Amino acid sequence: MSTKSTASSVTPQPEGAKGPGDPRQAPINARLKPADKIELYRTMVRIRRFEERSLRAYQAKKIGGFLHLYIGQEAVAVGCCSLMGPNDHVITAYRDHGHAIAVGMDTKPLMAELYGKITGCSKGKGGSMHYFDPSRNFWGGHGIVGGQIPLGTGLAYALKYKGLKGAAMAFMGDGAVNQGAVHEAYNLAALWDLPVIFVIENNGYSMGTSQARSSAGDLARRAEGYHMAWGVCNGHDVLEVRSVMNEFLQRAREQSKPAVVEIKTYRYRGHSVADPDRTYRDKSEIEEYQRTKDPINVYRTALITNKVFDEAAADQIDTEARAEADVAADFAEASPFPTADDIQKDVYWETDNPSQRTSGGRLFFT
Amino acid sequence: MPLITYREAIRHALSEELDRDPNVVIMGEEVAQFNGAYKVTEGLLAKYGPKRIVDTPISEAGFIGAGIGASMLGIRPVMELMFWSFYSVAFDQILNNAANVRYMSGGQINCPIVIRGPANGGTNVGATHSHTPENVLANHPGVKVVVPATAYDAKGLLKSAIRDNDPVFFLENTMLYGEKGEVPEGEYTIPLGVAEIKRAGTDLSIITYGRSVLYALAAAERLAAEKKVSVEVVDLRSIRPLDVDTVLASVARTHRVLIVEEQKPFASVGAQLAFTIQREAFDELDAPIHRVTTVDAPAIYSSPVEIEQLPTPNRVYLEALKVLA
Ligand SMILES: Cc1ncc(C[n+]2csc(CCOP(=O)(O)OP(=O)(O)O)c2C)c(N)n1
Ligand SMILES: [Mg+2]
Repeated sequence: MSTKSTASSVTPQPEGAKGPGDPRQAPINARLKPADKIELYRTMVRIRRFEERSLRAYQAKKIGGFLHLYIGQEAVAVGCCSLMGPNDHVITAYRDHGHAIAVGMDTKPLMAELYGKITGCSKGKGGSMHYFDPSRNFWGGHGIVGGQIPLGTGLAYALKYKGLKGAAMAFMGDGAVNQGAVHEAYNLAALWDLPVIFVIENNGYSMGTSQARSSAGDLARRAEGYHMAWGVCNGHDVLEVRSVMNEFLQRAREQSKPAVVEIKTYRYRGHSVADPDRTYRDKSEIEEYQRTKDPINVYRTALITNKVFDEAAADQIDTEARAEADVAADFAEASPFPTADDIQKDVYWETDNPSQRTSGGRLFFT
Repeated sequence: MPLITYREAIRHALSEELDRDPNVVIMGEEVAQFNGAYKVTEGLLAKYGPKRIVDTPISEAGFIGAGIGASMLGIRPVMELMFWSFYSVAFDQILNNAANVRYMSGGQINCPIVIRGPANGGTNVGATHSHTPENVLANHPGVKVVVPATAYDAKGLLKSAIRDNDPVFFLENTMLYGEKGEVPEGEYTIPLGVAEIKRAGTDLSIITYGRSVLYALAAAERLAAEKKVSVEVVDLRSIRPLDVDTVLASVARTHRVLIVEEQKPFASVGAQLAFTIQREAFDELDAPIHRVTTVDAPAIYSSPVEIEQLPTPNRVYLEALKVLA
């Protein structure tokens, strides 16, 4: 746990959102009980072990297509989602395994989805990029860069419309910020005072393109053009993520104000498992992050230093997370595939609920 | 003739046109420094430099629109969509601007742009990444749509597309990038709008395009071996302009038609074809026209089922037997 947070800043706004100071002192963190802290740690470890296991399954050709790993970024999803109340919602892009686990989805159906099995969280229909669990306020999992951001804005619109005190967190990458739909969503959110936090997970690269080669200017500062509050935070420190995000979330819930928060993070793996990751960055850059900023190691060291747990307890959590990932893989392996009969299910509400159909005419064609 | 891959054939076409015309510019996500998401543009940045091989941010509406604008002033942009599936982000630019500007200006403005990239399913990436928009595109008068099945066709058609004065949408296939075919070293072009009979036959015409051509050929071999049926395979190559004459001549020879397309069935390319055939060759038909399409649903992720959702040689074979019955 880093005690300073030099990268953090929030522009002065009429509402007066402030920088986080020492994230450990922030009330949202100070009130954490040892068990809560351990739970934050455990969730990050569970995400990492789940993804490492999925990578092995991919290499064994149990999983195909795209597999975008979140390894290195765990503190972002865990920090943000740990702040969720009953009316808070999450939506993200295709690098979605971390968010899915952080909102509480069971890893068995998550792994089964990667395997394309009927027991998957989307019945084998969505795949790695398209996880969903509305029962946990998790609205996906979206494959088109930037496409989820207007949806997140719409979740916030619905919250406000219904008079619920909640906020939507709409996650995107540093490359996604250049999609037109993102800017349209920013304007709507600011114009209509919607309780949405646009979270930019800045891992430095969009595929093989560094942030400097894809974006003019500072990413979060673009919010100023829309008179939105914004902040930047260190995404390697789960507590700083919590303290910074909490301010904006409170503001959204209480005052229905949007914001843009850029969270600096880093991905260790290629863009997807298929990316050989040799052309656009040095191995030494990755190793430097792993050595000095790994979100799991940073937090583990802090918890040991602060005597929240000891080495043995931390190792035990790791062992359990590995076992959980193996159980998920065994479950996926043992589960059946969907069949050709499943292809046309889940297309229309009416054909899935034929007794309540009100329209006439033919819905499917050959 | 040298055997090269479909991917290399496209690269050769790009390179030759870059050499020939200084106004040709290649633009897209990851096309330059990363050498292309599917390595189609590999080596072009090193050879032609950053003025002509341009990496863009992930802003399809912005850069495709900019390419359309540049083409109005005489640049010949060849834009790569990493997947044709992402065309929807630039839909307004492609189908309002590129398709309409010539008409709305009373013929004063031309739009010599090429947009190219893969458009196919079968790669286990789910519904957002598996669109096959040739029918949607071809629905817009003012645009041209090309879907090559072989390395030879890909090269010759792409060169023609780049020289064409109208917007040409060039739909490739990630499953074909590694397929090898004979391609001559020297200069050649294939005009748009000319179908090719990939296999001659007398009992049944399979009209198809894109990767389905390979499946039709496989099914034709099996039908010959197992049922002693002689199947003609017509590869449209170009969807708009559409070589109706070659199709009708084939129908006049075989009197039976099976359309095979990696398309959802509703208002597909095959639907237009079936209408045209019955309208212009009704008396030639000895049986109703049949069709093999993608099963009508968004693309399923699960790999073994996804294969079944798309045309397969076996589905083509079984449907052919029905037309012949
Ligand atoms: C509209 C669209 N264009 C392109 C792509 C291909 N693509 C997928 S991810 C990606 C890079 C996105 O980078 P970033 O937003 O930084 O997110 P990260 O992958 O780093 O999490 C690209 C170009 C896509 N899926 N959708
Ligand atoms: Mg990124």
